[in-house]
Amino acid sequence: MAVIKTDHLSRVYEDHGVPVKAVDDVSLSIEEGEFTAIVGPSGSGKTTFLNMVGGLDAPSSGTIEVDGKQISQMKQNELIGFRLRHIGFVFQAYNLIPVLTAKENVEFIMLLQKKSKAERDKRATELLDAVGLGDRLGRRPHELSGGQQQRVAVARALASMPSFVLADEPTANLDSTSAENLLDIMERLNKEQKMTFVFSTHDPRVVARAHRVVTLRDGAIESDETRS
Amino acid sequence: MRLYFSLAWRNIWRNKRRSLISMSSILFAVMLAIMSRSMMIGTFERMIDTIVGTFSGYIQVHQEGYFDSSSLDDIFVPSSDLLAQIEGTEHVTLAVPRLESFALVSSGDNTNGARIIGIDPAKEDQMTAISERISTGSYFTEASEGIILGSELAKDLKKTVGDTIILLGSGYHGITAAGRFVVEGLVSFPADEMSAALAYLPLPVAQHLYGVEEGITTLAVMLDHARNLERARNALEVVLSDEYEVITWKMMVPELDQLVQMKYVGQDLVLALIYIVVGFGILGTVLMMTMERLREFGMVTALGMKKRTLAIIVLIESSLLTLSGAIAAMVLTIPILAKLQQEPIQLTGKMAEGYESYGFEPVLAFTLHAPIFFWQTFFVLLIALVSSSYPFFRISKLNSVEAMRTGH
Repeated sequence: MAVIKTDHLSRVYEDHGVPVKAVDDVSLSIEEGEFTAIVGPSGSGKTTFLNMVGGLDAPSSGTIEVDGKQISQMKQNELIGFRLRHIGFVFQAYNLIPVLTAKENVEFIMLLQKKSKAERDKRATELLDAVGLGDRLGRRPHELSGGQQQRVAVARALASMPSFVLADEPTANLDSTSAENLLDIMERLNKEQKMTFVFSTHDPRVVARAHRVVTLRDGAIESDETRS
Repeated sequence: MRLYFSLAWRNIWRNKRRSLISMSSILFAVMLAIMSRSMMIGTFERMIDTIVGTFSGYIQVHQEGYFDSSSLDDIFVPSSDLLAQIEGTEHVTLAVPRLESFALVSSGDNTNGARIIGIDPAKEDQMTAISERISTGSYFTEASEGIILGSELAKDLKKTVGDTIILLGSGYHGITAAGRFVVEGLVSFPADEMSAALAYLPLPVAQHLYGVEEGITTLAVMLDHARNLERARNALEVVLSDEYEVITWKMMVPELDQLVQMKYVGQDLVLALIYIVVGFGILGTVLMMTMERLREFGMVTALGMKKRTLAIIVLIESSLLTLSGAIAAMVLTIPILAKLQQEPIQLTGKMAEGYESYGFEPVLAFTLHAPIFFWQTFFVLLIALVSSSYPFFRISKLNSVEAMRTGH
């Protein structure tokens, strides 16, 4: 079953009065359990595509279906609620809340979902254990390395029990060891929990592990390669 | 909600120095506001107490129409039921009968006009402690039939204790009221104007002089506290029939009430200016807290936090920031005010003379009146709310993607 389906998706920006096509007529279907990398050079439209699929940006034309629901026509507040229940995000720059501990950062998303304290406690601890940070629950982001912060971000993305995780250049700010570590964790979660991951990246380490690689150029799909 | 509060509180302490400066500015502004307000209310209440305590009473009950006519034709006989009704009314502590009129006070070639007040010696003393103001001679006893003159009036008449004066006036229904009285004592008030135009007679003597039998013009009413004036007035109006009028000191001495109101308005303006300055300080802090966290705002809304929830957290932040300053100010102010309430500041020199010339006690009094604290808390919360309007606006216009790009 397709968790994400785009149909003739386009996004046109105005740059000093000149229309720029950031995403150009992209039709794509991503199935449950995929480990997909959207690749392409800078400015190819990877992030814009991911933002639209994540409901953070509205398409100029075309449709986006997530979990069988059209999100392109949803209103702002509806989209916020939808994102909270269906989509996990891992951003390039960690983007943890600096005044909260690792555990509280993971709990935060469940708090927005109005989960009980007991459930929040249990799941946050389990997830941080799963990403190898069971002994860092009480640390604040500035007390963690970049790799550790990104692992907290992965745990947070999974906390809401999303249908899929969108990861925008998740390894861009990490050293090799941390990046490999993070990818190991994501790969394991993909295998064990059948969690769907969609990356926008130009990191060859991510591309090497992806089961499917969609290449964008000038906003359009240049190639779509599925690996066994 | 607990995590939201915790989040807000921790956000405040991201920049300790900035938050402490903001809190300090609120602390000093609230301290200044509370202290100055406490002093003004305390001093005015004391002034009012002095005036109503030494003379008018907080409330007077008359026969309907007496306040306008001041005529002895509008007298009434205070039945024991009436007195019981008045003294049984909530906040009323005492009701003192008086017969008030005017007369010429004459001695030889000297004649002065004076207000003549017939008093129940014991009750009047209970209310005004007038016996303590007797400068020469003695206060009335049960058997007294003489007169107590204001000291300045006696000076004008060149009379003293033991001398005789003649009163000549108009009595009930226009009869002539005339009598000869021995001066039993002289009374001195802080204001010379009062001492120059006032004389007291025992109530039965005054009633006989004016031919009113058991009639009186006034029941002067004392209350448990000046702040209960309107409550007591309303209660008395309910209790008493339309035959009577209930007049408060504000109606009797409107100049004092106006002076008090004018001073309050003046102080309100000064405090408003202080709060505006503090408000801009808070706004600056909130503005910086907002701008440096736009990326974070973008991230949390991207994750699924509603903008309304985010706005509430920002409001909690500015409220906690301002309330912390306000609460600290209250904690510091309460013991100081408690001490000053017990031991008011005694004025000396010219300032003391100025107060005394108006008949006021030369002290700066303070009060721990709870609404002062309530209103200062209200004002700082209002500042918090106004200061949050900018972040509210930014949050309402927030675009998660663009916000997350800031600071990269």
